[in-house]
Amino acid sequence: MPVESLPGLHAGLLLAAALFCLGLAGLLVRRNIIFMLMCVEICTNAAALAFIVAGAHWGSADGQAMFVFVITLAAAEVAIALALVLQFYRRRHTVDIDQLNGLRG
Amino acid sequence: MSAVFFYISAAIAIASTAMVIFNRNAVHALLYLIVSLLAVAVIFYQYGAPFAAALEVIVYAGAIMVLMIFVIMMLNQGDAAVEQEKEWLRPRGWVGPALLSAVLLAQLVLLLFSGPEETARAAHYVGPKEVGMALFSHYILAVELASMLLLAGLVGAFHLARQKSPEGSENLEKQNAG
Amino acid sequence: MQETFASSVTWMAAWIPLLPLLGFLILISVPLFSRRELPESATAIVGVGSVGFAALLTMFLVFALFRNDPSAVLQVSLWQWLDVSGLQLGFDFHLDWLTMVMLLVITGVGFLIHLYSAGYMRGDDGYRRYFAYLNLFVCAMLVLVLADNLVLLYLGWEGVGLCSYLLIGFWYRDPANGAAARKAFIVTRIGDTAMAIGLFLLFSQFATLNVSGINAAAGSAAAGDFTITLAALLLLGGAVGKSAQLPLQTWLPDAMAGPTPVSALIHAATMVTAGVYLIARLHPLFAASTTAMSAVAIVGALTLLLAGCSALVQSDIKRVLAYSTISQIGYMFLALGVGAWSGAIFHLMTHAFFKALLFLSAGSVILSLHHEQNIFAMGGLRKKIPFTFLCFAIGCACLAALPLTSGFYSKDQILLRAWEFHHGVNGIWLAGLLGALVTGIYSFRLLFLVFFGREGSASAHCEDANNRVMTLPLLMLAALALMGGLMAPPLQSVFGQAAAGHPPAWVEGIAIAMPIIGLAIAWRLFLQKRRPADQPSALHRFWFGGWGFDWLYDQLLVKPFLFLAQINRNDIVDSFYKGTAYASRQLNGLLSITQNGQVRWYMATLVCGSILFLALLVAL
Repeated sequence: MPVESLPGLHAGLLLAAALFCLGLAGLLVRRNIIFMLMCVEICTNAAALAFIVAGAHWGSADGQAMFVFVITLAAAEVAIALALVLQFYRRRHTVDIDQLNGLRG
Repeated sequence: MSAVFFYISAAIAIASTAMVIFNRNAVHALLYLIVSLLAVAVIFYQYGAPFAAALEVIVYAGAIMVLMIFVIMMLNQGDAAVEQEKEWLRPRGWVGPALLSAVLLAQLVLLLFSGPEETARAAHYVGPKEVGMALFSHYILAVELASMLLLAGLVGAFHLARQKSPEGSENLEKQNAG
Repeated sequence: MQETFASSVTWMAAWIPLLPLLGFLILISVPLFSRRELPESATAIVGVGSVGFAALLTMFLVFALFRNDPSAVLQVSLWQWLDVSGLQLGFDFHLDWLTMVMLLVITGVGFLIHLYSAGYMRGDDGYRRYFAYLNLFVCAMLVLVLADNLVLLYLGWEGVGLCSYLLIGFWYRDPANGAAARKAFIVTRIGDTAMAIGLFLLFSQFATLNVSGINAAAGSAAAGDFTITLAALLLLGGAVGKSAQLPLQTWLPDAMAGPTPVSALIHAATMVTAGVYLIARLHPLFAASTTAMSAVAIVGALTLLLAGCSALVQSDIKRVLAYSTISQIGYMFLALGVGAWSGAIFHLMTHAFFKALLFLSAGSVILSLHHEQNIFAMGGLRKKIPFTFLCFAIGCACLAALPLTSGFYSKDQILLRAWEFHHGVNGIWLAGLLGALVTGIYSFRLLFLVFFGREGSASAHCEDANNRVMTLPLLMLAALALMGGLMAPPLQSVFGQAAAGHPPAWVEGIAIAMPIIGLAIAWRLFLQKRRPADQPSALHRFWFGGWGFDWLYDQLLVKPFLFLAQINRNDIVDSFYKGTAYASRQLNGLLSITQNGQVRWYMATLVCGSILFLALLVAL
């Protein structure tokens, strides 16, 4: 296991930050719901990466345990979100999120 | 030397993520996302977390992404979707989000590097056994809750995606009457 | 025995103002007990009876206590009114001969006028309301003259002002009457404010508002004390307002819009004399300041001439009498200004008699001619309503101060004192003489135009409107007007013995001659040639409009005020609150735009928020 000469905490967290910001940019730009869900997954994945890096840095299993929970959450969330997308598509025949503005005030 | 592997994997992760967000075809984007997830799994392995890497591949890339592919294919939008995406993704629309994300990234970087200088410690290896023990001793409550969450997700997804089919219920009634 | 007598006397003094108050309360609360209106006789019995009984009580008090003892003083303490950080006031009455004179005038003449009103106002819808207000007025006026401290006096002062407003605007359905009532109230208010400031000044200076306390302190104060002068001038301001002197005299001619008995009682005999009473009551205060005395005398003299000239050219019978009242009260102020305190009060008394007589007779004339008030439509009424003519003639004679009438004695006293005060010929005395001449002219002008000469347009339809209830008061007032000269009240104990002067005989002679010359001029001008000028001259118009004071006040005060009110049409203060509501609504509109239901927009705001938050973290 080549672990001794890895770059360490900063590099990993930096990567996580970069991935998160990329996902965020995609989230803000795209109008297709499916793509937005993908970008949410990117963000979630970046957060999970940060957990693992921190866990490795401190040498405890907490990081990976958190990672398990993050994945569980992501799975449940994707399932429900896609179910909602299916319903939405059946009623409106579009996947444009800008059509979902019924809660305006 | 091993640092090179890290940088290569990192570069692949970033590049494929970029391809995801710029892509016009949904299926292509998903495939790029899977590549990104695999690269991240490699990084997990490099950080001495093989269990996490395995989970990443099996659950995240293998199950979740596949689920998304299924739904996209169910929607069956085809080329019309690609045209639509081309229309929606104008270069001018990228300015604001790019700015916001850049600023946020800059702040995060600043925060990362503003702390006291850490000596570069070596990453530790944390094996599956340790993770299992942590999960089922310290985090047992969270595990139970997570399983309940999954149950809720299951039932919810089933109910929310249900389609009321008029033909089916009519047939049933005809059958019962006759 | 002595104690029970003393306590019963005190009790009687307290009931004098209480009886008219009870009359008011009974009359005003009739609608609470019955749906139907009281019969006129019942109302009259309550209204006239209350003042009648008060008059009886007053006369009994005079006979029992004061007749044989010129220096008698009765002090009645009813209850503790105020006790607040250094200011202690009781509801106290102080009765000496000055008070008794005023009480006799108010209750006596008041009773006669009430009796007359019972006949005059017959058939009017507001019969009960009229007597209620009139009773309230009498009560307030009695409180004013009975008061032992200035705050209680002010209470009565305000009370009479209120009742004056209510009674001027008695026929409220005509907006002109309401306007006249408001004018009276507002103009006297200006005087009242000056008086209130004067009270504040007096309290801060002397730490007491008791009349006796202030008089004693003023008597022992240093000569030329500025505060005393200022306080006296402020009180003069109040007196000027209530007594319709310069410069606040504009309300009295318009106040003739009220019923004629009201004009007789309030605007001739009682309320307008309140100012004279105030100055007489506080005479040590005024005597201590030569500036104030000069001011009083000058105000009196100027008003005397100004109003007299205006009375010369009026065409409404009541307006002539109104200007005449202003002029005669000017005489009283003139008297006060030269130190003739007793003379002023004596003139007040005789003036009450003959002016009430004149007004009530004028009321009879007006009723007889079916509410015609223009003297140029009258004429030759001497044969048609002889009794009224007789009363009116007696009144005019007293007004002009022909020899042997009561007016003659009182006016004579004043002119003599004016001569003595300044030791010889002086402006005040000359003004008084000229005023006597003018008074003679206008009073006989009125008599000749109304009762002599050719018949006017309204005279043809003359029906004598007098009934028994109206003739009795006229008869009594005529008797009082003639005999009043013999009834000089013993006021030396209140005002001190006046030094007996010996003016030369020609001074007396010229004072006697003036009214007779006035009679002769009026005879020449108005008996033999009585058509009014078709094109009134500029001077005529000027005098007719009361020397332009109404116009002046309109330009100076009313128009700027209306202008400012117009500017402030959309209330500036209100706009502050409306502005808050407006800003709130605008902000709401602005913030509502951010709730557009777009998920990406919400996300973008989320990112902005987190950027700001992280920026805070970076900064700290």
